Amino acid sequence: MDELLTAAPAEGTAGGARTEEAYRPAADALRTYRMVAALWIRSTMTYRASFALTLASSFCVTFFDFVVILLMFGQVRGLGGFSFAEVAFLYGTTGTAFGIADLTLGSLQRMGRRIRDGSLDVFLLRPAPLLAQVAADAFALRRLGRVLQGLMVLVWSLVLLRDEVAWSWGRALMVPWTVVCGAVIFMAVMVLGASALFWLQDAAEVTNSFTYGGNTLLQYPPTVFAQDLVKGVVFVVPLAFVNWLPALYVLGRPAPPGVPSWAAFASPLVALVCCGAAGLAWRAGVRSYRSTGS
Amino acid sequence: MSCEPLIVLDGIEKTFTVRRKAGPFRREKREVRAVDGISFTVDRGEMVGYIGPNGAGKSTTVKMLTGILTPSGGRLRVAGIDPARDRTRLARRIGVVFGQRTTLWWDLPLRDSYRLVHRMYRIPDDRYRENLARCVDLLDLGDLLDVPVRQLSLGQRMRGDIAAALLHDPEVLYLDEPTIGLDVVSKSRVRAFLRELNAERGTTVLLTTHDLTDIEQLCSRVMVIDHGRLVYDGGLPGLHAAGDGERTLVVDLARAFPPIDSVPGARFVRAEGPRQYLAFPASASAAPLVAAVAEAYPLVDLSVREPDIESVIAKMYGGAPGGTHEERRESLM
Repeated sequence: MDELLTAAPAEGTAGGARTEEAYRPAADALRTYRMVAALWIRSTMTYRASFALTLASSFCVTFFDFVVILLMFGQVRGLGGFSFAEVAFLYGTTGTAFGIADLTLGSLQRMGRRIRDGSLDVFLLRPAPLLAQVAADAFALRRLGRVLQGLMVLVWSLVLLRDEVAWSWGRALMVPWTVVCGAVIFMAVMVLGASALFWLQDAAEVTNSFTYGGNTLLQYPPTVFAQDLVKGVVFVVPLAFVNWLPALYVLGRPAPPGVPSWAAFASPLVALVCCGAAGLAWRAGVRSYRSTGS
Repeated sequence: MSCEPLIVLDGIEKTFTVRRKAGPFRREKREVRAVDGISFTVDRGEMVGYIGPNGAGKSTTVKMLTGILTPSGGRLRVAGIDPARDRTRLARRIGVVFGQRTTLWWDLPLRDSYRLVHRMYRIPDDRYRENLARCVDLLDLGDLLDVPVRQLSLGQRMRGDIAAALLHDPEVLYLDEPTIGLDVVSKSRVRAFLRELNAERGTTVLLTTHDLTDIEQLCSRVMVIDHGRLVYDGGLPGLHAAGDGERTLVVDLARAFPPIDSVPGARFVRAEGPRQYLAFPASASAAPLVAAVAEAYPLVDLSVREPDIESVIAKMYGGAPGGTHEERRESLM
């Protein structure tokens, strides 16, 4: 009994020290994400054949998207003044960026159900950031198929474009940079969408129209769309910064009418602003969480 | 900080805004008070039963104590921490078991869930191993560790959940209906484990339940909540007295007899052939009653039925004006 009494306060201080260390939200979130995702990957890997199949099917389903573009170019020379290689470049950049965002945060879609049935409570009881827990929950490595497919098309387009584009260091570096910023913008939109679920549990479809829908939109050159739509995607929902604007710079094309040319370099800033907005929305959402009965 | 009790609630309120259609275009906003000014304290090492009818505000209180819900008013401290503000920090110091919902990872084996708890709570390796071994032993989980949670029976899952909530040595353990839906054997195993936990580790336990036996076997203190207010706080015998509850003595006689009305302190309720039901005050002992019946009649078998919590509370508040509360009764919680 004495032993218990003396052990208790000692442990209390140890706990205190650990919480100090834990008060780095970003590091803590990453650690949580890694931990939970690793567990899910391991559990998927217990059925290797099934995993290989789902990975292959994910790859194929996204590839059919691209087949549509291939077929189209069997009939026409250019699309809105863009060559096949250029359209493939747009496809590859947005496909990879969206694939990365979908791989890391795709599970957020499931949160609406968790809020509705109250099982989100369980996540709130754990000493780890909620967003990381929800995002890593049921982590599906098969979504890697989308990333791989996007990357393949991107590399192919770059091979085709090696003589078409006047390459410079700036343009070359812009390619990976575009993918990274694009992924971050998609992720921010996904978190924003997930935050809306705290108030509207069926908002997932709306979010999907921006993420999946946005991805499809960005696969085609902006010149094929109405100018108002392009403006909306630049100024309202800033999806144009995912690939359109930086890609136009890489391809040596002018920015869409009404959009300043420096906007091609604004993607990181836009990504940052989107993340800030998503963070605030998420925080507000968690605070207004009402749980369910019992 | 050390002089303050472990759990402090001071005038805690929780109101929900409920929107209701009041016409084709009109929507009515209505405030529902799930918890209406509750104050109490719990000291370290106490084992407290928190009871009340459905919709009384029990779960809402527990959710505020864990930081899942933010109180609308009042002051709340658990181990010196404001739960809603420092939810993550508090999480390391409390354990929670929801009877109707698992905190384990549904698709993963129990062992993997525990491993994740180990790392997420940053439990030192030796403590983890010791606690896990102890829980596996006492809750008989040895054969279940490699079974995915979704394949466990309710009783097995509950034991698994309790173990998960205790691996990090929480100072407080909240149990929300821990024995709901369990069979008798599982119930008694869970109760024995909780008793030992409280006695040996000094873990503070707050338990909500509908099962009066849980309270009788575990708790020295009971709090009754009704319509979002604390209506009783004290020992179990006091509750029966306050509620003016009656227990029932069921006697099986050798054959049918006329109603037993000659035994002092008991009131004949009804008879079913040789079986007769006698009511007596909950605060009285059944022993003299049984002796008196056995003396006068050929007694074959007997049992004592406790008044259920609902009827105790109903009696307790049978005379109180209920009209103003009706609205709250509809609350979600």
